[in-house]
Amino acid sequence: MSFSFATLGNDLYTGKRSVPVVPQRRRFYLVSLVMIVVAVLGLVTQGLNLGLEFRGGSEFRVATTSLPGDYEQVAREAVGANEDERGVGVTLVGNNTVRVQTERLSDTDSQKVRGDLATAFGVPESEVSGTFIGPSWGESVSKQALRALVIFLLAVALLMTVYFRNWKMAAAALIALAHDMVITVGIYAWSGFEVSPATMIGFLTVLGYSLYDTVVVFDKVRENTTEAFANGRLSFAQAANLAVNQTMVRSINTTVIGLLPITAVLAVGALFLGPGVLLDLSLVLFVGILIGAYSSIFIATPLLVSLRRRDPAVVELEKKAARFQARKAKDVAAAEAALDEAGEPVTVGGGAPVAADDEAATLTGRAVHKYAQPTQAGPRNQPRRTPKSKR
Amino acid sequence: MAAGNQTTAARRSLLFLLAIVLVLGGLLAGAVYLSDAKTQPKLGLDLEGGTQIILEPKTAAGQSVSTEQLNQARDIIVQRVDAGGVSGAEVTTQGDRNIVVSIPEIPTQEVRDAISKSSQLQFRPVLAVAAGTPQPAATPSPSGTGSPSPSASTTPTTASSASPTNNSAVPDALMAPTPSPSASPSAATTGATPTDPTDLAWVTPEIQQAFDDLDCSDPQALDNIVDDPTKPLVTCGDDDGGKYILGPVAVSGDKISDATSGYQSNQQGNVTSEVEIALTLNGEGAKQYADISRKMVALPEPQNQLAATLDSRVIVAPRFNEAILDGRASITGGFTLDSARALSDQLKFGALPLSFVEQTSIDISPTLGSEQLRYGLIAGLIGLLLVVGYSLLQYRALGFVTVASILVAGLITYLTITILGWSHNYRLDMAGVTGLIVAIGFTADSFIVYFERVRDELRDGRSLAAAVETGWNRAKRTILVADGVNFLAALTLFALASSSVRGFAFTLGLTTLIDLLVVFLFTHPVLTLLARRPFFRDGHAWSGLDPRRLGVPTTVRYAGRGRFTSPAPASAGTEGGVA
Repeated sequence: MSFSFATLGNDLYTGKRSVPVVPQRRRFYLVSLVMIVVAVLGLVTQGLNLGLEFRGGSEFRVATTSLPGDYEQVAREAVGANEDERGVGVTLVGNNTVRVQTERLSDTDSQKVRGDLATAFGVPESEVSGTFIGPSWGESVSKQALRALVIFLLAVALLMTVYFRNWKMAAAALIALAHDMVITVGIYAWSGFEVSPATMIGFLTVLGYSLYDTVVVFDKVRENTTEAFANGRLSFAQAANLAVNQTMVRSINTTVIGLLPITAVLAVGALFLGPGVLLDLSLVLFVGILIGAYSSIFIATPLLVSLRRRDPAVVELEKKAARFQARKAKDVAAAEAALDEAGEPVTVGGGAPVAADDEAATLTGRAVHKYAQPTQAGPRNQPRRTPKSKR
Repeated sequence: MAAGNQTTAARRSLLFLLAIVLVLGGLLAGAVYLSDAKTQPKLGLDLEGGTQIILEPKTAAGQSVSTEQLNQARDIIVQRVDAGGVSGAEVTTQGDRNIVVSIPEIPTQEVRDAISKSSQLQFRPVLAVAAGTPQPAATPSPSGTGSPSPSASTTPTTASSASPTNNSAVPDALMAPTPSPSASPSAATTGATPTDPTDLAWVTPEIQQAFDDLDCSDPQALDNIVDDPTKPLVTCGDDDGGKYILGPVAVSGDKISDATSGYQSNQQGNVTSEVEIALTLNGEGAKQYADISRKMVALPEPQNQLAATLDSRVIVAPRFNEAILDGRASITGGFTLDSARALSDQLKFGALPLSFVEQTSIDISPTLGSEQLRYGLIAGLIGLLLVVGYSLLQYRALGFVTVASILVAGLITYLTITILGWSHNYRLDMAGVTGLIVAIGFTADSFIVYFERVRDELRDGRSLAAAVETGWNRAKRTILVADGVNFLAALTLFALASSSVRGFAFTLGLTTLIDLLVVFLFTHPVLTLLARRPFFRDGHAWSGLDPRRLGVPTTVRYAGRGRFTSPAPASAGTEGGVA
């Protein structure tokens, strides 16, 4: 796998193989648009499954040593003995922890329920965790998180504008970010995963991760386009597409490595711990990082190209690049013709913008005049000079 | 030559990193030996077991709570928790609104109630005063001589040297006398119905008995106190060691409209050296105060003292020198500026009906907490192994550099968190642990960015040593800006969000900084040095930097701009590739 992956990396780097991310951008936009519509639809029709923290209520966790088979009945009776049924939910968490969620209980009630649960399951009272959550808590946490988010976005937009010296890069990155946010929320709406404050934390991290990913790709885009602006050989779209392809191996590796520990947490959380900070966080990170990786490759850069399409400098560069490429194609054709006459069929360059599948061109796509090719003799026999070391 | 400089610089960076690690390790070792630091990070309540209660002030709509008020409330809650006999509790303010009480055990209902009840300031007339511990005999203790118990001899907060000489210079003033052990009331007139708060008839035999039994040196003495505003109260001084019988509430504390402290001015308007607390009462309070003061000023010591109680404890019990009719009282008597300010704050804010509601309360049993931690660590370990496996597969021998870097980062993170736990009481909670696990991915990514850059440079036909340098120069910027974005996210979250989010943000920010440190001081120097080893330099098939595998043609090749490259850069340095 490694070998083929490395080869793929080489081909992507040189442009021999290229994923047409930028040229096919309308297709990716369409895919994303569909996903966003579905996500919004899910949010409207399904709503989010808000956790206890957002609704308010009481939760008890009993860590039993040996779980009775009819734990649900036991728990219900323990709680119901106190009060009539008040929307009691009993779930098994991990191997032998019973989670009991009830409506909001008063302080004295919850102490009593704790005692009753401990007796019912035959464990000391200290093994029963009680959580009481006022309905305003989740709200205040999300309000703070939202405020943090807005300020973070402003700060990042500023940072990126300063770093890339171009506000359109910041804009494209932020649109890609919004795209990630909407789709992640949509996945939560459709799947019915519980949204807890830990999910909010994870969500904010995902935004950071997604931006991080985009920044890495954009840094390469900036490098390639700066070069293109300097030498006028590639149009802006071509340079950007090359950048995406060149960083693709990195993006894949990063995503895989980022996802590996999260998958481990997710698996351990799902198998042994049940709902909790660990599982909530890793789930949202898993979903978010996947989408973040998609958007940083397939959405952010194409968006940048679309945004800058009408910039005078970009338009001019495109003309310049087209002229250069046409001239080069002609040169190459002439060279081929010349070579054909000489009976030495050498495929050079081809019409591809970044022709590099032969020694006749440098890796940066610059065609090398056939006389300059070290292994290629000129039309006449040139005097060969032995290397210094052999003299 | 350049290459020589690079190796020297690389060695210097590694030494610098070693120095950092040694300093951190030394700091921790020193803290463990000389102080009470632990060699393990402090754990949050959700991992260690315990209770966390988040209190939110109950305020009228639109009314905001000032930081001053919140801090005042926090101090009061600290006193209450301590008084409840709970050890190791932490009370912190969160944001500009909430108060977080963390208790490393599951508290009783009484402690819970005590924590969130509103703090009440009341003025009650003093009926009797005595030293803080039960007297050997119920007879009046000899006034003026010290009391046998050590607590009684402690200096009173309010007035260490109340001197009667001030009286003449201070008209319209309240004096704060030392609540010196003076006569307990003479045999109470039993049977009579008390008519007003100053009536000694309140002191029934039961009250007298309770008063005699009260031992103020016992911190739990007042745990079961019942504070009914219409009944007399037997209580202790805040920390002056005196104990009191107080009449029913004469003026409630919410009538105080202001309390300030400062130097008193005399009749001529000159500022004297006497520190006073100036109280201002609102209309109704002023009237009540006038009534009570008119009545009390005529009474003998100690009945002419009006005690201010906060949460049932006497904070100050000044004596009336004259009736105060305008609702402006001045308390003097041996205050320092600081003590006066503290007291006036207590009077002012203690008076505010700042009551709290439990926003959340989380009890975690120690078993559940340790289970969470155990699985969290298992998950982290599995995640780390997966990352190691993947990077070895992808980067071959170079993967070991990643692994070593992650280990170094882990070591520094561990040391930092443990030291912070000791110095700043930083506690690692579940969200923090998750942040650390997630950080493995982030940290590994900066190596990937770097290695891929180096590979790119190799593909351009540079020698390994040159590729490492140019690759680094380009990757450096990317890593810096990407980590900058990450750090910005952590910073914003930390500054603006609440507790559990903060724990996460903190570890995220910390690991981002440590990632930068490790990339600059470990990964890059190590790679620079390794690039000169034959195994990597000659592109061994398992080095992960094999030029043939990276698609570099095997023949000598023109690389543009007058440069030629050869695939086996045995003659590294002589080539023109060093940009």
